[in-house]
Amino acid sequence: MERVAIIGASMTQFGQREAWIRELLAEAGEACLDDAGIEGSAVDHLYVSNMASGEFEGQTGIANAVAHDLNAIPAYTARIDQTSSSGGAGVYGAWQSVASGASDLTLLIGGEKMTHRSTAEATDVIASLTHPAEYKHGVTLPSFAGLTARRYLHVHDAPRESLAKVAVKNHKNGVDNPHAQFQKEVDLETVMESPIIADPLRLYDFCPITDGSAALLLCPESVAAEYTDDYVTIAGIGGATDTHVVHERADPTVMGGVVDSGQAAYEMAGLGPEDIDMAELHDMFTILEFLQSEGLGFFEQGEGWKAVEEGITDRDGELPINTSGGLKSKGHPLGASGVAQVYEVYKQLLGEAGPRQVEAETGLACNVGGFGNCVITTIMEAAQ
Amino acid sequence: MSDTETSDTDEQPPMEAARYPDGSILYPTHPVGPDGNEPVETVDLSEYPATLITWTTSTATPPGVREPNSLAIVEFDVDGEPVRAIGQLTTDDIEIGDTVEPVYAEELREPGAGIREPESQAWDGYRFRPVE
Repeated sequence: MERVAIIGASMTQFGQREAWIRELLAEAGEACLDDAGIEGSAVDHLYVSNMASGEFEGQTGIANAVAHDLNAIPAYTARIDQTSSSGGAGVYGAWQSVASGASDLTLLIGGEKMTHRSTAEATDVIASLTHPAEYKHGVTLPSFAGLTARRYLHVHDAPRESLAKVAVKNHKNGVDNPHAQFQKEVDLETVMESPIIADPLRLYDFCPITDGSAALLLCPESVAAEYTDDYVTIAGIGGATDTHVVHERADPTVMGGVVDSGQAAYEMAGLGPEDIDMAELHDMFTILEFLQSEGLGFFEQGEGWKAVEEGITDRDGELPINTSGGLKSKGHPLGASGVAQVYEVYKQLLGEAGPRQVEAETGLACNVGGFGNCVITTIMEAAQ
Repeated sequence: MSDTETSDTDEQPPMEAARYPDGSILYPTHPVGPDGNEPVETVDLSEYPATLITWTTSTATPPGVREPNSLAIVEFDVDGEPVRAIGQLTTDDIEIGDTVEPVYAEELREPGAGIREPESQAWDGYRFRPVE
């Protein structure tokens, strides 16, 4: 199996954009090809990570559409949907295409156009991933977060403020990310007094609705130096699923898909949680940062909240988490998020993260689909 | 929060769970269970009380859903076998550990108001009501 290198990366401005899905995808794709100095026609495989362009915009067939826009013809192309983890699943697919030898050069673009829809409509598009037994009760992803947060605080005797501190930390990080939707700090009081959305969670416990895209270019590590001296390698990657019906999980505060995908990624990389220098976690809701940091073995179960309280996950802490600002402040254009997580790790490992820069040789990205229904964990290393 | 549609009529369908060969019971039912085998019988959970595992009140609800919408994950004890379910609550005056009972509602949200095809699934079901 070929070791795989990432030789180019890009992300667009995240936020409320006038561009529609085709334009957003082409914008990130062009920037990524330019970053690596490569023509679209040289691409063997082109994957597009996207959850719901048909439902949001009435535009289907976007993989072929963007292939044409980038002149990536006759590349093999396909759209990859794994709901919120479409981006991570795209990274997996792109890695697989190169590792298997099927492609010598793979472009991955993840993107979503959402903000033209009302919050209620966007929430319903996303909630349509639920089982009929959940959907008929009006269950939404935010309500799963509220249910889980209340249980977590109850079982682990954690203070409500610990969740708010995730939002405060990630907003602070987002100030230094020029691509972030929110480049603004929030204080604890603002989070704690914001409107209730799914109690005990409030407005600032949730990521916004976002337009945007991000892209990566991958090739075999054996030829990466022919393109650039600045590349990172995918040391390990794992994908896993959990139950579709969320309440059937043995422990509501454990995401089995995080645990299983993390173990697979660690095993492939020959690394463990102690080897990770920085991580991008899927903080679609503040509670998810606790569940992932525990599921990935950074902290004991029920102890993730203490790490945030103690500043361990701050940018200048022992294990910086979400230096990009996370989904919380960067925004969450569904299909783009898993790709943008890898973009941040790539920038950090190359030493190109500017004011966000931390000391890191090994980084991890964890992208969560549904409410932990599908999870992709990717471990990257700076080129030796 | 009031629930005018909630009723205790005799015509209510069962709250159907499935029992699998390894003894586990799942709600909703699945073609195969945790042991990979097909179910051996159905169990009507509406006849059992349940314990509240967690709950939330959602204020940002999708089209056709009541606002606010209180929801709970509960756990039934079916002769020693735990079975979890999710559903709307009849009240938000409730705490983890409280005992609740299922109560039938003919329509939990307005079919067709949201993105899902109305004919593709059922829209009736059981809410959970605290047992005094």
